[in-house]
Amino acid sequence: MIRRNTIPFGPQHPVLPEPIQLHLVMENEKIIQALPAVGYIHRGLEKIAEKKDYIQDVYLAERICGICSFMHSQNYCQGIEELMKVQIPDRAKYLRVIWAETHRIHSHLLILGLLADAFGFENLFMRLWKVREQILNIMEKTTGARVILGVCAIGGVKRDITPELSEYILRELEAVEKQLPELMDSLLKDYSVKQRLIGVGVLPKDKAHELGAVGPVARASGLRMDLRETGYAAYGDLDFKMVVGEAGDCYDRTMVRVKELYTSLDLIRAALKRMPQGPISVAVKGSPPADEVLARIEQPRGELNFYIRGNGTRNLERFRVRTPTFANLPALLHQLTGCELADVPVIAICIDPCVSCTER
Amino acid sequence: MLNHVSEITLDQISTEVWKLKQDGYRFVTMTCCDRGESHDILYHFDKNYELKHLRVTLPRGTALPSISSLFFAALLVENEMKDLMGVQVSGMAIDFQGRFMLAEGSPVAPLNKSIPGIGIQIQDKTPSAPEGTVKS
Repeated sequence: MIRRNTIPFGPQHPVLPEPIQLHLVMENEKIIQALPAVGYIHRGLEKIAEKKDYIQDVYLAERICGICSFMHSQNYCQGIEELMKVQIPDRAKYLRVIWAETHRIHSHLLILGLLADAFGFENLFMRLWKVREQILNIMEKTTGARVILGVCAIGGVKRDITPELSEYILRELEAVEKQLPELMDSLLKDYSVKQRLIGVGVLPKDKAHELGAVGPVARASGLRMDLRETGYAAYGDLDFKMVVGEAGDCYDRTMVRVKELYTSLDLIRAALKRMPQGPISVAVKGSPPADEVLARIEQPRGELNFYIRGNGTRNLERFRVRTPTFANLPALLHQLTGCELADVPVIAICIDPCVSCTER
Repeated sequence: MLNHVSEITLDQISTEVWKLKQDGYRFVTMTCCDRGESHDILYHFDKNYELKHLRVTLPRGTALPSISSLFFAALLVENEMKDLMGVQVSGMAIDFQGRFMLAEGSPVAPLNKSIPGIGIQIQDKTPSAPEGTVKS
């Protein structure tokens, strides 16, 4: 006999780092419909941005997310620079890449650790987060902060990386890279882990495109989509190679993130090697922004969009944020439909949900 | 700058969005701006890293036709616009009835200019400051 029940998954659940609720309509153990309920941590940041000076909004943008914070400030600065026709120094572009990629590594290690925790591999979770500490140390040593770096500014960056710091970063990256193979083998080759990931939460390529999926979720389904290919900041000079999966399941999403760790390590090394000498910022002159722009960059979770509209005053007319998790929610609902209840934690974690960004 | 912007009317929305879908565009997001007597609605689409935008001027009190039957992903941002900007959207695939982003007892359409921010003074004192903001 088929029994239909509705199970609320979250807002508080051991696998969820932040509160979001999924209403799961079940037939026995199978999910036949999933609906999201958000708003638990909506902060009204878009409204606050209109009340602040557009330069103060750099700090506000950085605080949208507590994981990929630098990239929020970078995207905001890139948007304002485009509106005000500010050309930043080449060295600043490379420095932005270095800090953005360290953020990507720490974010991917964070979610891979949480994934290990979700399927009960606590030792792997702790070891992944131990490696992540070394990346946080790099950020602390180079900027004075571990996550909210506060180094991005309209016109460039506020801090430089000296040759000594550059040597230190290279040493740390080498130490990190040495630890990765063993950990990644546990994630990608372990029998039990594969049983939990392969064929779970499948998102076909055409569905990923139709539902507007972004980032590793889209790439794991075979969509070739990574804004770093457009060459913003210094990516155009760094031989960036996109990582793409095929099967569109939780295993491929994990595999894409694992391979992207190595891509980011290579990008940081290349940026340190090729970074030109020179100033790290320019003075920003001229009237406040009076036009509109849709600024985009590739975050660890995918494409981040900021719609920025100025009105010629120091206050923005509109600042709208579309985060990658928001774009991946429809894809999550599709993946959940038809799956078993026991797979929900792994599927939910595999989109790398960042709820505080999503709700702003 | 926002390039490739097409200004369309309300009754052209479905047709134009359908054409973009047929051309292989991906739905990126929608943006709503409060312009006083009307809302500016922008639809953003992407194909091979090229953005295309549709702009609709929506007079206050007029319902916006949903595009969630064409792009399911649009239903979340349409529900958000309903909550935060007070835009009425007709024909949404799922209507959260104004409780998508906001809880009971929240301000109505808090992102509209007529709702002042709480405890934050506007920095700019020039006459061209946005309408409805709190002046010090």
